[in-house]
Amino acid sequence: MIEIDFDAIYSQSKEQKNATLLAQFNQLTEFHYQHCQLYKNIIDTLGLAPTNGCLELVPFLSTQLFKELELVSVPKSQIIKTLTSSGTTSAKVAKIYLDADTAKLQAKSLVKIMQCFSGKQRLPMLFMEPSNLIADRRGFSARGAGVQGFALLGRDHHYALNPDMSINWQQLEQFFTKYQGQKVLIFGFTFMIWQYFYQAVSASGKTLPPLDAIVFHGGGWKKLAHLAVGKTQFNQAMQQLFGKAKVHNFYGMVEQTGSIFVECEHGHLHAPNCADIILRSEQDLSVINDFGQQGIIQVLSALPHSYPGHSILTEDLGRILGEDTCSCGRKGRYFEVLGRIKKSENRGCSDTYQEVSHD
Amino acid sequence: MTNNEKLVHLFSEALTIAPELVVDSLQYNTIPQWDSTAHMVLIAQLEAEFEIMLDTDDIIDMSSVAKAREILARYDIEF
Ligand SMILES: [Zn+2]
Repeated sequence: MIEIDFDAIYSQSKEQKNATLLAQFNQLTEFHYQHCQLYKNIIDTLGLAPTNGCLELVPFLSTQLFKELELVSVPKSQIIKTLTSSGTTSAKVAKIYLDADTAKLQAKSLVKIMQCFSGKQRLPMLFMEPSNLIADRRGFSARGAGVQGFALLGRDHHYALNPDMSINWQQLEQFFTKYQGQKVLIFGFTFMIWQYFYQAVSASGKTLPPLDAIVFHGGGWKKLAHLAVGKTQFNQAMQQLFGKAKVHNFYGMVEQTGSIFVECEHGHLHAPNCADIILRSEQDLSVINDFGQQGIIQVLSALPHSYPGHSILTEDLGRILGEDTCSCGRKGRYFEVLGRIKKSENRGCSDTYQEVSHD
Repeated sequence: MTNNEKLVHLFSEALTIAPELVVDSLQYNTIPQWDSTAHMVLIAQLEAEFEIMLDTDDIIDMSSVAKAREILARYDIEF
């Protein structure tokens, strides 16, 4: 088990962070190599080593592998929760096996990261989700897991939607009236906030009392692309909806729940101490060192212990904007996500309504 | 009801298990009834009953009945 210091999430600058992460990643890679036969087979087949001299050499798996193989590094009897994320075009589902230690580490990490933006106090919380989302307790979709994890940050949880994705006006009006003018947390997937909430509220012609909202949203913009909705328009809509709104986009994936990348006050996604990103060339997967250049995002997380998901090649394109130098004061790499690589199926951390409803 | 009786009652309600099963050694995630969903229900009920607001660290650390009692004691709930 990796020891992680959650006291200062964005404190480590380049050299210190690289040294800490390299030691952790060699330890993790060795652990998974010893305890997951399939992982060992992959590493051996590719002729890679479980211990390496720099982060860029740490072996990575593609997200696709979690759909094809049962990748688990602890006895199955210790698995307490299996996270799933389904795709739109294939029936294949990624399965992520969590033991108690990993689940706890993920919960803790998520809370500590988000608290850097929402503060220590547990605020009243509104989910842009139907209340039945977490009713199925055995298996969890990525969306359900998201709600579960974020729920820890708040209190007096309300759900804005009905099971059929229509607005639950009773819940909504109760929440807005009860907390008028007060600080609240709003959580939802980008697409769902726009489609099922913003558009529906706008169309209704109703006005809601103003709140002082901190909005966390993630899951990608792709499903809004056909509406040509981007960050500026989205953020404006949030101001309009909530009166006052501090909007933070986040980027993360079900394979690395907990170590998410959150947008700062300057609109940059930041890597916390326990995670990092590396960019790779679309042509040959070689490392792209130049900031500002586009490449495929590889994500590293020190949290996965029960499954070998600590180093993953995503299907997303992005570019690194800088390291240790963001004017918000947070150390580490900061970046932006530019979209999906071509040909990849439309798989996001937020499996959409259609997908979950057919689960 | 004593605070201890209240605690047992709240666990039993939130986890939908018999009160006899609410013993010190009972641990989070070791029975299907005490999963993360039930945990948030439990937290909400503990907070309402004892009129406190728990820290997120305490919510995450509340991994057994014994631990729950220990954490609540820090909020001046006497057992
Ligand atoms: Zn920043």
